[in-house]
Amino acid sequence: MAAGGYMTGIFGSSPVKPMQQHMARVLACVSELIPLFEAVFREDWDSVAASQQKISTLEKEADVLKKELRMQLPKGLFMPVSRQDLLEVLTMQDKIANRAKDIAGVIVGRHMVFPAIIHDNYKKYVRRCVDACEQANRAINELDELVGTGFSGQEIKLVVEMIQKLDAIESDTDSWQADIRLQLFAVEKELPPVDVMFLYEIIEWTGDVADRAQRVGSRLQLMLAR
Amino acid sequence: MDIIVSYGAVFLILAGVFGLFMAWGIGANDVANAMATSVGSRALTIKQAILIAAVFEFAGAFLAGGQVTRTIRKGIVDADLLVASPELLIYGMLAALLAAGVWLLIASRNGWPVSTTHSIVGALVGFAMVGVGMDAVKWGKVGYIIASWVVSPLLAGLLSYGLFRSVQSLILNTDDPFNNAKKYVPYYMFLVGFIIALVTFLKGLKHIGLENNTFETFVYALIAGGVMMLAGKYFVGRIKLDPSADKDFHYANVERVFSVLMIVTACAMAFAHGSNDVANAIGPVAAVVSIVSSGGEVAAKSALPYWILLLGGAGIVLGLATYGRRVIATVGNSITELTPSRGFAATLAAASTVVLASGTGLPISTTHTLVGAVLGVGLARGMEALNLTVVRNIFMSWIVTLPAGGLLSILFFFTLKGIFS
Repeated sequence: MAAGGYMTGIFGSSPVKPMQQHMARVLACVSELIPLFEAVFREDWDSVAASQQKISTLEKEADVLKKELRMQLPKGLFMPVSRQDLLEVLTMQDKIANRAKDIAGVIVGRHMVFPAIIHDNYKKYVRRCVDACEQANRAINELDELVGTGFSGQEIKLVVEMIQKLDAIESDTDSWQADIRLQLFAVEKELPPVDVMFLYEIIEWTGDVADRAQRVGSRLQLMLAR
Repeated sequence: MDIIVSYGAVFLILAGVFGLFMAWGIGANDVANAMATSVGSRALTIKQAILIAAVFEFAGAFLAGGQVTRTIRKGIVDADLLVASPELLIYGMLAALLAAGVWLLIASRNGWPVSTTHSIVGALVGFAMVGVGMDAVKWGKVGYIIASWVVSPLLAGLLSYGLFRSVQSLILNTDDPFNNAKKYVPYYMFLVGFIIALVTFLKGLKHIGLENNTFETFVYALIAGGVMMLAGKYFVGRIKLDPSADKDFHYANVERVFSVLMIVTACAMAFAHGSNDVANAIGPVAAVVSIVSSGGEVAAKSALPYWILLLGGAGIVLGLATYGRRVIATVGNSITELTPSRGFAATLAAASTVVLASGTGLPISTTHTLVGAVLGVGLARGMEALNLTVVRNIFMSWIVTLPAGGLLSILFFFTLKGIFS
């Protein structure tokens, strides 16, 4: 036998660590939205561009991790969770970063200015969306412990609680979104219509970040329910 | 008869050399697979693993290796047909040893996953079929052996699934896994001691003059298990909760408790491997020695001489010391996903299955059994990722190894026959 023989061959490379690394990268990418929006509200376009660069780099790194992980998940791999579920969680994680990149891209491209009246609420809104990603990251970080316990009771309970909290955070972001839309609606007639269209779009996309983080949670939950 | 008288010493030396070569190969390659789960789960350092392997492989070979040796020696080839020409049996046994050894060497060079057991059985069947005739193969017994190659990984898988499931429900899946681990791990140790002692006493020790009835055997096995349990209690009791290794449910600490258990099961695995696999090397040697020493009497009811078992054990340790260290190091560094709680379940299941087979005299593949056991833990959702292509490779190695061993041994058989007559 070649050094090691086929006993070593039976242990495939675990997808758990790479999943967690990918999510950590996504979180880093999304977190950059906070300084980005602060710079936008200050109308400090150099800082905005710098943040956008950072987001774009992190998103690319996450993309690379995603592709690497996909490559190491051949069909013959036998895992405690279904390959399909795992890949769906991964895709969803990646989509969070994509959304952050979209937001940063449009803001930089159009030098978007936000009406002062929504600044305070928008900061809280973005903060909450990042919170959702942090919570999703926390849940994904339990993957190794889940395998450690062989997916049994106590640990599952813990993760399910995390996912419930994630749902709660996401519904917070929904109400922030509604508030901000209302505030914007009150002043929209005074603004150039095209800008307003894009403002609504950015509001929507920011909400998407939390929404997709929540979907990571629900995919994770599906993965556990076997 | 003349041939045996005039070339007796040559045959003995050849058998000794080929047997030692084969045992060396087993020690160099196979042992690493047997120890893989222990080293991979980081319960043992490489040095400790080698030491344990050396001691327990030898003990297994010496104490419980007799039964399988008998099968290899006279269970596959029907010696009764060869009463008239005992030298054929000698050529055959030598050819089989050489064939298996050479095939293993070729396979090692190319990294093919072949089994020592399959090589030697294939070689024996090959020479008997062609060199002597279809009737010379005890097809019934060979059928049993082949069936056991299917059954042993399945059984090991079933056992490891059950073991890991019990670990989940008794320890991992509770509110206080650390203390439950300390509470239940000694019982698993009892199980290890009991099973190994039971099979060894039941089947293995006749040749060193220990013969017990079933009741005594059970009592001794219970005592052995009890001693293990007490020792386990002592060592487990010394493990204190380390809060710095704490996550939510102290799993890092739980695994430390399982490390103690893993060390015990590693010993059991080395013992089991020695008891089963050493026969592949020394079975044919024993056959040659028995014919030569009885002056050509094929069906002589001679007991297995000690020194042959010693030869096998020594060869394994030699292989381990010269080359096996490196293989174990490679294995240990490439299996990182295995934790002691998994490694223990897989190893104990495999060791029990192998020891059981040894007691019954069935030569099985330790590695295939271990692969089955690992898959069993995987089925209980205990592994992060297992490569199922290995299962396919195992089937491929079956299909290739049996005829390859057979063909080579036919070749060597006729060569030897040509040289000596």
